[in-house]
Amino acid sequence: MTVTVMRGGPDVPQRPEAFQVPAYDNQTVLDVVSWIQQNTDPTLTYRFACRVGMCGSCAMMVNGVPRWTCRTHVNKVLRNGALEVAPLRNLPVIKDLAADMDPFFDKWVAAEGRHHPTRSRDDDIAPIDPADGDRQTASAGIECINCSICYSACDTVAGNPDYLGPAALQRAWTLFNDAKDESRDAILDAVSGKGGCHSCHSMGSCTTYCPNDLDPLSAIAGLKRATVKRAFGGRK
Amino acid sequence: MTEFRLYMAQRLSALVMAPFVLVHIGVMIYAIQGGLTAAEILGRTQGSVFWFAFYGLFVVAVSIHASIGLRTILGEWAGLRGGARDAVSALIGLGLFAMGATAVWAVTA
Amino acid sequence: MRVARAHPLWLAYVLHRLSGLGLSLFLPLHFWVLSYALNDAARLDAFLTLTDIPVVKAAEFGLVFLLAVHFFGGLRLLALEWLPWSAPQKTWAAAAVAGSFLVSTTFLLQAI
Repeated sequence: MTVTVMRGGPDVPQRPEAFQVPAYDNQTVLDVVSWIQQNTDPTLTYRFACRVGMCGSCAMMVNGVPRWTCRTHVNKVLRNGALEVAPLRNLPVIKDLAADMDPFFDKWVAAEGRHHPTRSRDDDIAPIDPADGDRQTASAGIECINCSICYSACDTVAGNPDYLGPAALQRAWTLFNDAKDESRDAILDAVSGKGGCHSCHSMGSCTTYCPNDLDPLSAIAGLKRATVKRAFGGRK
Repeated sequence: MTEFRLYMAQRLSALVMAPFVLVHIGVMIYAIQGGLTAAEILGRTQGSVFWFAFYGLFVVAVSIHASIGLRTILGEWAGLRGGARDAVSALIGLGLFAMGATAVWAVTA
Repeated sequence: MRVARAHPLWLAYVLHRLSGLGLSLFLPLHFWVLSYALNDAARLDAFLTLTDIPVVKAAEFGLVFLLAVHFFGGLRLLALEWLPWSAPQKTWAAAAVAGSFLVSTTFLLQAI
């Protein structure tokens, strides 16, 4: 099969390069990229780690769709004996298929994606009922492994460099609903700025493409609701 | 204006306009029966306090709503940022209001 | 690389954005034509006779369509953001109302 890989980065102009790769049964796109690097071009740069769909390191654009390449079977994406692989969209490229994740994590922090404790190690552990409504809302979003697929899928991220993105905002929402977190106001302030939750246009690519079946779309809607409630004097 | 205030202004102007849109479409469907003439329109709207208030408020709301919406498009699709984008959007809003107010006055005075 | 993205919610987003853009481009023209009622009603009448032309009627229907799409898309967004309905419920609700509106408007416009 013909695999077209986007090469280059800031040092070398980006250009697609086609490789002929043997087709086997039960190949993943990660297998294909690895084959190219091991057998044809050792200068091809790419990332992977667990190769079993747990770490998110192998995320790339496959035929224009952000996917975990270790969990993408070639026979599902092959079109007329060809497929295209490129680095994740909306992130600076370090080289070839390796994208710079710094902006993604910077925005994670900017959205107040960190825990604001209410107790110290000397206090008792706060009892949390797992069946509690807010806790279930929070738990629905905590499985994010920061693979940046939602960030790459989002056209608002593409058009608005300030936009914090679905992952960061979803994390803010999980903390907002965490009874152990004491900074709800700080979270709402952080997500109400120039690239905050109000910039989301609900196109839902984040939820559509999240490999962990998370739902940043609803999380961001929740944040919007919370900011509106706060403005009208609702619960903090 | 903060992003939150712009968001609220756009959503609230949308809510205000919802019933206005339905009435306007209803009136249009009625008005175009049997052809449209200036006399027919003006016969309905001229000297009417109701239509002045109705379309006046409609124009205010749409000027806010459309200018904020266009501000987003200018940012995401035309690459305009910061003060330039806000200035252009404000001008669009004022322009729409000026033209709309003229039109309202023209048909209700 | 072309980005693949044509899933339903994305299409709704694009439709909403393009309809809003189309309406805001039409609006100044609409206001300008109506303002002729002030000093030059005859010119307004001249414009209005254009509405007898089939192409203009089709364009009018297109505009009503853009308005309806934008209106119902907007209600869908408000429901999604502010109401506790589930996502599929809202989409179906909006689609049903939009579809019925479109059918009834088409019927009414056909009557003229």
